Amino acid sequence: MIHPKHLLLMLLLLVALLLLSSVLAWAEPDAYARQRAAMVDEVEAYMAFTSDRLGRKALSPEVANAMRNVPRHLFVGEDERPYAYENRPLPIGHGQTISQPYIVAVMTELLDAKPGAKVLEIGTGSAYQAAVLAAVGAEVYSIEIIEPLADSARERLKKLGYQNIHTRTGDGYYGWSEAAPFDAILVTAAASHIPPPLIKQLKPGGRMLIPVGDRFNVQQLVLVEKSPDQKIKTRQLLPVAFVPLTGTHP
Amino acid sequence: MSLNTDSIPGYRGLPLAIAMLSGAAIGYEILLMRLFSIIQWHHFAYMIISLALLGYGISGVFLALFRGWLNARFEWIFPAGIVLFSLTAPGCFWLGQRLPFNPSELFWSPVQPLYLLLLYLLLALPFFFAASATGLALFHFRDQISKLYAADLAGAGLGSLVIIGLLFVFPPEQALIALALIGIAGILPVSIAWEKNWRGPAICAAVLALFWLAPADWKTLHISPYKELRQLLRIPGTRIIDSFSNPIAYTDVVESPVTPLRHAPGLSLNSDREPPAQYALFSDAGNMSALTRYNGDPATISYLDQTTSALPYHLNKPRQLLILGVGAGSDLLQAEWFGVPSVYGVELNGQLIDYIKNRHDAFSGGIFTNERLRLHIGEARGFVSATKERFDLIQIALMDAYGASSAGLYALSENYLYTVEALREYIRHLQPGGYLALTRWAKMPPRDALKLFATAAEALELSGTTEPGRNMILIRGWQTSTLLVKNGEVTLADIGKLKTFCEDRSFDIDFYPGITETETNRFNQLPESYYYQGASQILGVERAAYLERYKFAIEPSTDDRPYFFQFFKWTTLPEILSLYGQGGISLLETGYIILVAGALQALLAAILFIGLPMWRCRQRLGLPDYSPRLWRVIGYFFLLGNAFLFIEIAFIQKFILFLHHPVYSVTVVLCTFLISASLGSAASRRLQDNRHGHVVPIAGIALLTLFYILFFNNLTGVFLYQSAPVKIVVTVLLTLPLGFLMGMPFPLGLQRAATLSPSLIPWAWGVNGFASVISASLATLIAIHGGFNVLILTAVGFYLGAAVCLPRIEEAS
Repeated sequence: MIHPKHLLLMLLLLVALLLLSSVLAWAEPDAYARQRAAMVDEVEAYMAFTSDRLGRKALSPEVANAMRNVPRHLFVGEDERPYAYENRPLPIGHGQTISQPYIVAVMTELLDAKPGAKVLEIGTGSAYQAAVLAAVGAEVYSIEIIEPLADSARERLKKLGYQNIHTRTGDGYYGWSEAAPFDAILVTAAASHIPPPLIKQLKPGGRMLIPVGDRFNVQQLVLVEKSPDQKIKTRQLLPVAFVPLTGTHP
Repeated sequence: MSLNTDSIPGYRGLPLAIAMLSGAAIGYEILLMRLFSIIQWHHFAYMIISLALLGYGISGVFLALFRGWLNARFEWIFPAGIVLFSLTAPGCFWLGQRLPFNPSELFWSPVQPLYLLLLYLLLALPFFFAASATGLALFHFRDQISKLYAADLAGAGLGSLVIIGLLFVFPPEQALIALALIGIAGILPVSIAWEKNWRGPAICAAVLALFWLAPADWKTLHISPYKELRQLLRIPGTRIIDSFSNPIAYTDVVESPVTPLRHAPGLSLNSDREPPAQYALFSDAGNMSALTRYNGDPATISYLDQTTSALPYHLNKPRQLLILGVGAGSDLLQAEWFGVPSVYGVELNGQLIDYIKNRHDAFSGGIFTNERLRLHIGEARGFVSATKERFDLIQIALMDAYGASSAGLYALSENYLYTVEALREYIRHLQPGGYLALTRWAKMPPRDALKLFATAAEALELSGTTEPGRNMILIRGWQTSTLLVKNGEVTLADIGKLKTFCEDRSFDIDFYPGITETETNRFNQLPESYYYQGASQILGVERAAYLERYKFAIEPSTDDRPYFFQFFKWTTLPEILSLYGQGGISLLETGYIILVAGALQALLAAILFIGLPMWRCRQRLGLPDYSPRLWRVIGYFFLLGNAFLFIEIAFIQKFILFLHHPVYSVTVVLCTFLISASLGSAASRRLQDNRHGHVVPIAGIALLTLFYILFFNNLTGVFLYQSAPVKIVVTVLLTLPLGFLMGMPFPLGLQRAATLSPSLIPWAWGVNGFASVISASLATLIAIHGGFNVLILTAVGFYLGAAVCLPRIEEAS
């Protein structure tokens, strides 16, 4: 027979546990939000060094806000969640990765997507980059060729309620002609050359960005610009503040 | 003092067993290099294996600590060592490739260094077991050291031949099992000699059955998911249609019927043409190249006119073309488009060419078999120095993949294609007005193109051109750059055609004689016109200062320092590290860093596994006093271990330029060195009782190597145009006396140590083993910074130092 005093104690304990778990449940997103804010602060600090090289003043408030709001931890696997807000690339399975937040910020800046702009992304991956672009206000069209990745990205975006991201599974070489032309195109899938159909689907005055490197390290960013008179020009940018010569050149 | 060996219980059969074990161990070392180059990347293979060799060093400490116990059970422990080696050699590799080790994440993830450590420990096990068995035998039969050591070296020499043979016949994952079986067969001679006739075969059969029964999944290669092959295989519909391997490469052929491959690096942005159907060819699961379908309709391959490498065809109409590095044939196809009447092609991997000819002749439009083409299977330099032909165009196109190249993965690979001497040789084989065209990836910040520009300028100067800039052109797309070196001055007509070519394709001109900065950096803009600035600085009086100020190593490479892909500069390291948060690690030339990290880790491991036990267990080790004698013995074997490998490495490289084949050179030189050293070791008994016995061979080594440094080119030059068998005989004859002498100091020293105090033997064995870990990294570092001749001189210095170090026989207490 259980003593009433014990029963009371057990009840109290239960209540306390319930309370604690709900507090934790509240605290968890809060902790992530704090980590996210710290991550954006770090990214902003790095941007201060590289901004002039990249032709920007600093991290724009729109991009900073987007990065503060997109829950990066929900775009990586359980194992990687503890590192979700560290400024480093993370594996997402299938031999693919999610870029380091600093690079995501730089790329979003360089794409210069205004609210309502149409952006095509080749290589959805976990859809984190698409989510950041969507948070800036862009209408994102994203194509992924690796089926399981495309499926999980689609599901994730649905669950998180993103309305302005359209996804498709398949070959990105011919772009997304029904939605073309685009204000900006991001090609994160490895390509031996820039697909000519993508250049065609870029609006005059639009920008295409191709990060070059291995899955974990972006070595350079190739920015393709289409002038209003349809002329193509590329710029090769380093995401880091680095000049190859010491001292001033003569 | 010498005993009749047959009367010693347990000695019979031992030399053969040691030879087989040692052969299997060196074969395993060479094979691991191949295996890790396939499943991971070349430079990591280098570090992982050099650290795994720590197993040798650790076995010395193990023997020193437990020598009494082990020695009393010699007849059990020795065969156990063989069995354990044979089981762990494949077993540890199978386990190791299951670790989620990913080099690209090494700088990002804190768990990756732990995986790496685990990998070292796993792979050190087989070497530990092999070395413990041999080391214990040396201790147990210390009167027979010279003979046993001779067996050890002879086995190693034959092992290096056997593994190359195995790699011609079997794919590497099967060669691994074959090697383990050779190792386990080492148990047969002792089991027969020790009259335990049934045990040996029974154990062999059990091991064989174990390998047979091991799940097939264990025995296949698990390639990193981040390697190009695995990445492509994620695309729906792709599949490997053929795989074949030889000691040079493991080749996979992949078809992608659903999503076309469309491999056309360097294609102009103005091009709207898509390449025809292609097969992807992977070398060691990376370095993708494409075999393109050609149905005879030139329009389908017109995209090849839209790359930077097409420029020379527009400047003159080559009638005789030489392609160095034919590969899957994209340059052949380009020559087809331009209708070149006579093409010479050189390719090292004959298996690849045979495969394309036999299996895809129709697919490739017969471009490998048509009568205009003369294909030569061999190394590029060898062909060029032997041919009497002159060419209107020599093409050296992209041969390595962008990713590997830009991450500095080849920093440690010797490359004789882009040295000053090589370029001089190419220029010498150009017709008047002919072009040498070198296409490289256009990296950011610029590296390859500027290094080649500096190399070409120097080569032209050495060939007697006073103003090299008058003969050079450099252009660039967003992805590739092409450097042209003309045999003659670039004319105004050439410049006119150059401008039209580049304007049509939106390529930038970075240099032509008379260019101004405003003409540069127009279509593919860099923050500054780095290429133009570099080119004009290199041609100016400030060249040395410019190369000094540049943050990457871009001074020309030479045959003595053939590290074209080594761009790392120590002075740039702090800046790169400070840029970590911005992804600055991508600027790091990882190959070099890995090398240094490997050497440092080896040093740390030596302190931990050799220094620490020595200090902690000095009583038990039978070394109560820290006499200088001990340190001198350690010094002797440390210097010896390093010097032997330095000379071996340097001569392998020197003979590559003579034999003109990396695989032949490594095999012939390594095998000759080890076998002649074995003979030297056996012969060293005669010097054993002489108090200055060890000085004689060391003096001989010093004199002979100095003679070779001075006269190597004269000696080999006489035979340069001879056939391969003649050259191999010459190589053997030149290597033999040196190897013979180099085999002597080790057993002589060991014998001396045994006389002074037998407890020193395991130490000598361990220290020598440890030296072999550090020496490979150290040798590469010395060669990168000083060149091979400096490496040889260092080795001579080490040998002389060793001669001074060894305690005299009178010092025995």
